[in-house]
Order: sequence, then structure tokens, then C-alpha cells
Amino acid sequence: MEAAPEIAKQVVKRHALSTRIWHWLNALVVAILLMSGLMIFNAHPHLYWGDFGSREDYAWLQIDDTRTTGFIRIGNNSFETTGVLGLSLDAKENVRRVAFPGWATIPTGYDLAAARRWHFAFAWIFALGLTAFMFMSLVNGHIRKDLHVRRAEWSPRALWTDIKNHARLRFGDDNDSSHYNIMQKFSYIGVIFLLFPLLILTGITMSPAMNAAWPWLLDIFGGRQSARSLHFIAAALLTLFVVVHLIMVLLSGPINGIWSMITGRHVTKSKPEIAGDLA
Amino acid sequence: MTDGRKLLRRRELLRGAALGSSALVLGGCDAMNENATFRSALRGAERLNQLTHRSLADRATLAPEFALSDISPLFKTNGSLTGTSTEYLAHLQTSFADWRLRIDGMVANPMDIGLDGLRAMPARTQITRHDCVEGWSAIAQWHGTPLRLLLQQAQLSPRAKYIVFHCADNYGARPYYESIDLIDAFHPQTILAWGMNGEALPVKYGAPVRLRVERQLGYKQAKYVMRIEATDDLSKFHGGKGGYWEDVGDYEWYAGI
Repeated sequence: MEAAPEIAKQVVKRHALSTRIWHWLNALVVAILLMSGLMIFNAHPHLYWGDFGSREDYAWLQIDDTRTTGFIRIGNNSFETTGVLGLSLDAKENVRRVAFPGWATIPTGYDLAAARRWHFAFAWIFALGLTAFMFMSLVNGHIRKDLHVRRAEWSPRALWTDIKNHARLRFGDDNDSSHYNIMQKFSYIGVIFLLFPLLILTGITMSPAMNAAWPWLLDIFGGRQSARSLHFIAAALLTLFVVVHLIMVLLSGPINGIWSMITGRHVTKSKPEIAGDLA
Repeated sequence: MTDGRKLLRRRELLRGAALGSSALVLGGCDAMNENATFRSALRGAERLNQLTHRSLADRATLAPEFALSDISPLFKTNGSLTGTSTEYLAHLQTSFADWRLRIDGMVANPMDIGLDGLRAMPARTQITRHDCVEGWSAIAQWHGTPLRLLLQQAQLSPRAKYIVFHCADNYGARPYYESIDLIDAFHPQTILAWGMNGEALPVKYGAPVRLRVERQLGYKQAKYVMRIEATDDLSKFHGGKGGYWEDVGDYEWYAGI
């Protein structure tokens, strides 16, 4: 009987310890910041551009209710969102007239003071963790070796191939998993070096004391209310990243992926045709 | 079972697991939120924020000031819309002609000063942004007497640490009050405002005088100020946390964020 070509399993070292620690710490901290942030937003579910903005002024985004329906209005377009945004039921089936429902906020009930305490305490862990991760990634070569988009990867052909691979759900075990693909690099770079710093800086810009200390922040973001809008938009983009990230983990072999983010080791299969070539 | 259906079942399972764990996490967060040790740990960040702000800015660093054209067309009213004490309502009838601001506590020279007296002192005019803890902002021009001049005139004791502002409005069933430390009390923009946007301060914005402490949030900007008291201990006033919202809603005493 002829032996079937054996698929050799190969274990590659994938994630550095600093990457793994930061990943899980940050996952927890980001979840807490997003959810406490939604509770803070519930205190005034309107967004404006410029220096000032209150219920007396035009809001470009509003989440509110008509007492019987919930809605979100973006510019001149309103969408009914009863049950989720604006008007929802709590765990005891009571109608709550809040922008984001209790299951999405910390704490679940309306408590601005508590949400602020959570948000401002965990914001420190977030900012310090990000700084430490960036420093370690510079030192251990994570940025240079793994995140850096190489010249060849910028070519339209390589980009197109990567897009086609994603469209065919070909990533993870099918490909060589020892390095990130191009889309993966773009999204990680975008989140780590653009979205996270933007969230921190727009957050700081909302502080009246920091406006006195660093008034240039207001100039960069175009005023306190613009900073508040940008903070919310960045948080929405971050939520989108988390959703896509989780879907990609599920599609590309969740056990192996999660295991590698815990132990650092990733199991890859060398392809049978390569084994054939060697025979 | 086809691969597709297997995948669907797997997705349903994962969805169930995700929903279940999110309920667990949320329940856990609410439980932690009620835990006194955890709350005091979170509260540690308040002190850290205050220290950070104070180290990044000089004690006299000004809050941003704006141009006349930046003023909000309609300044949102908030909190009490009038003083409620009998004394206040009587003063309101006579347009505060006999109203006197009391300055006492840890001062060598306790004093009473009326609106004319305040207006006769050197005044400061500033166009600043008012930021509510809820997230909204409004810009107005304020005219008022720098608090530091009043404290100097009253000869503040070197042992005093805080300035308490007693107000004429009951919000809910309790009297409104606020307090600040001496760094903010002596800040050049900290004024007792008796004018707003070129006119006498309207009742709904805190007439006859309100506090402006521009590097902190709206709930520190006490309206209907009747008495200013210097002290070295905030725990003896009302709920003991130094302000109405600090006592009632557990908001931070230091409101620089």
C-alpha cells in the first residue's frame, strides 16, 4: 500500500511575549473603555462640530426617542432603531429611553459618575500599555519585521492578489502563516498608530484643564466639540476593527489563532506538493 | 451534515457563547462597580489626573479665551434656574440692592460686600467655554471680580486650604454648594461674575453673582453665591465631599476632565 503523502506539521514562533501580554490586556481595557464610553455618550447623545454645542445648537448626529420609537439621525437622515438605539428594554423588560442599551454600557444602568471613573482609570492603563507595546515592538523588531509594509507589497499586483485571497477566504492555514498578509498589516498599523493615538489625543482634548495646559490640541482637532465627535467616530471605527478581527480569527482557524496568541506558537502545515517535490 | 451547516451550527454556538459571556462580564462589571474597594481604586485615577494636570500647567496657566464672534447664540441653562431661599427671593424683589456677599471662615477680616462694591473693584472680562460633565459646551463672555482680590482683602488665613461657596438654590431638597482649592481660588481667571455678555448676570445664569473657575467642569461654576467660607476641612460641610454633585451623584471633586 502506498503511503499517503504526509502533511508535515510545523510549529513556528509567531508572537513575542510583549505582544501577547499587551494583546490580552488591551482587549480587556478596550472593551471597558468602549462600554463605559457609550454610557458617557448616553449623558448627551448629540455630536457637534466646532468649539461649542448643546441642545440649543445643531447636532450632526443625534440618538434620541419620540417616547414610542428610538432613532438615530445623521445629518438630515433619520433611521428608526427602536429596541436598540434611543429606546430599548432592560433585563427586567422596562422601557429605557437611553441612546445605547444597558447590555452595551458599563455600568448597565444610567450612572455618568461611575462610567467616568471607569473610563478615566482604564484610559491610563490603555495609554501606558500602548506606549510600552510600541517601545517593545521597536526594540524586538516587531514593527520592522512584521508590521512594516515592504516595497514589493505596495505593488498593485500584490495588493490585488491579497484582496482576491481575502475574497476567497484564503488566509491562515492555506497560506504561509509565519507573516502577516498586506490587508492585515494595513489594519494593524491603522489601529495601533492612527486610531489608538487619535482616541487618546481627542480624549485629552475634551478636558478643560488640559485645554489650558496644551491649547494646541484644540487647534489640531478644531475645538472641543469636534474632538468629541472625532473621539466617537474613532471609537466606532475601532468597534468595526474588533468585529472584523474576530470574524477573521474565526475564519482562519480560531483554535490555532487564539492558541498562538496565548503561547506564541503557531502550527502551520507545509503543503503536500512541496513534500511531493522532495520525493 | 454539510460543511456549510456545520459552520452555521458552530456560529450559533459561538454566538451563544459570546452573548452568555457578555452577560457574565456585564454582571461582573456591575458587581465590581458596587464594590467599595474597587471604587476607591478607580478613584485613585482622580488624584492622578489632578497631579498630572497640575504638573503639566503652571498654577496661573489660562484656560483658552475666545473672540466675541465665538459666543454661543443661546447659552444652555442648566441646574437651578433661580435661587430658592426666602432671603434670596426677597433680594430678587429689590434687584439685589441690599444683597451682601458674606466672606468669612478662616479669614482675619470677615466682610460683607454688595454688588456696587464688587463692581467698584478691578474687574476681569473673559470669553470662555463652559463644559458640562454631560458633554456639551457653550461659550459666553463673563465680567467679574477676581476671587483672589476678595480673599486678599479678607486676609485669608495661611492655614486655609479650600474656599467653599454657599449658594441660595436648593437643588432637589438640598442646598447647592461647591469648593475649590487655593491654586484655583487664586487663578487669574477665577472670578465672581456679576455680568454676562455685556449685561447684568441674568437670574437663570446665577444672579447676582456666580463663580467662574475656568479649568474645571460646569458643576464647579456655582450660581447664586451668597457666602464664601475659607476652611481647611471639607468633610464638615453637608455630605462631606466638597460639593453638591460630589455628595449626591458621587462626581469627582476635581473636575478638570
